[in-house]
Amino acid sequence: MSELLTIAIGSAFINNVVLSQFLGICPFLGVSKKVKTAAGMGSAVVFVITLASFVAGVIYKFLLVPFNITYLQTIVFILVIAALVQFVEMFLKKKMKGLYRALGVYLPLITTNCAVLGVALTNVTKSYDILEGVINGFATAVGFLIAIVILAGIREKTEYNNIPKAFKGTPIVLLTACLMAMAFFGFSGLK
Amino acid sequence: MNKTIKPLINGLITENPTFVLMLGMCPTLAVTTSAINGLGMGLTTTAVLVLSNIVISLLRKLIPDSVRIPAFIVIIASFVTIVEMLLKAYVPTLYTALGIYIPLIVVNCIILGRAEAFASKNGVIASMFDGIGMGLGFTIGLTSIGIVREILGSGKLFGYMILPESYEPLTMFILAPGAFLVLAFLVALLNKIRDKKGKKPLTIGTCDAGCKACPIENCKGRMNGSDKEDGKNE
Repeated sequence: MSELLTIAIGSAFINNVVLSQFLGICPFLGVSKKVKTAAGMGSAVVFVITLASFVAGVIYKFLLVPFNITYLQTIVFILVIAALVQFVEMFLKKKMKGLYRALGVYLPLITTNCAVLGVALTNVTKSYDILEGVINGFATAVGFLIAIVILAGIREKTEYNNIPKAFKGTPIVLLTACLMAMAFFGFSGLK
Repeated sequence: MNKTIKPLINGLITENPTFVLMLGMCPTLAVTTSAINGLGMGLTTTAVLVLSNIVISLLRKLIPDSVRIPAFIVIIASFVTIVEMLLKAYVPTLYTALGIYIPLIVVNCIILGRAEAFASKNGVIASMFDGIGMGLGFTIGLTSIGIVREILGSGKLFGYMILPESYEPLTMFILAPGAFLVLAFLVALLNKIRDKKGKKPLTIGTCDAGCKACPIENCKGRMNGSDKEDGKNE
């Protein structure tokens, strides 16, 4: 149990997926203008990564390992993730309209989000079992959610601040991310 | 002649993936802790890009339009796997240094973007040179960011000490916050130059600029749609 907690805290805070591993930078910088959209994107990522790390874990353990074709993991994982996102989108559209309205627009963006593939591959390199993999995936995605919501909050507050012209737009967001990365560095003391 | 020089110049200068299109930001931030890592990542990506461009260009008339994106992804993923195995066998130091970012080349938007925007519409020779140009443009971007971070962060260049002993290295620059800081100042500098020329400022991760080469058509409409939706709600 404590081992699972260590994995969870490690992936959510110490090795935060965007601020220390730089995965999923595009949505992090692109969809963080408003807290509401950022929270929507973050929740969709939590949903997809948790599901994808379970499915990828199952496929790795029961398909790739028994047939001794683990070297195909990259190809298999990316296809599984792409197909999974499509199915999730179709399922939500048909069965859960409310959730689809909340998360639907973000789903296609997540297919090419490197965080999803990154988590599936990390689970394999660290040889986590399926439960550990799902916990790691969930915690990583929660880390993403926390980071993107904080960034969106800061961006909402600083939107009308008077900053040098050259720094307007992307540069100031990157500077904000830099300060957040420094703050998250403090978590490394938790080890 | 024009077929080879034009895509080459385009990738290196006019549409440089790092300095103009701002694509592939994950590896740009993650592996540029030293110049040699940036160079290694850039060349690895170039190899994948050239090979996938050639194969996609060869198969462009055989792949049905409706399944082209999955087909491109399979081709790209296969080459990434091959390159990963080669690195593991022949350059193990680079393989360990780059780690998880090698398989993640699959989701680098430069590669899928070039497949969709260039290789699926042009001949083999032109596509090959487009891959070389774009790949080398990316390599130059990564290496130069790596040089800045390595000099400031450890006082070294390609592993050799170049600053005097009295220089106290700013370790932050080779850690995560340094990556964001260097990129922020780079974009600010580029925006300053672009502003003088009357060009639009650069943006990362938003569809109006960063997704210029983004192959997923849905992305553009949906993202703009979601922004508009927000506006209506308020």
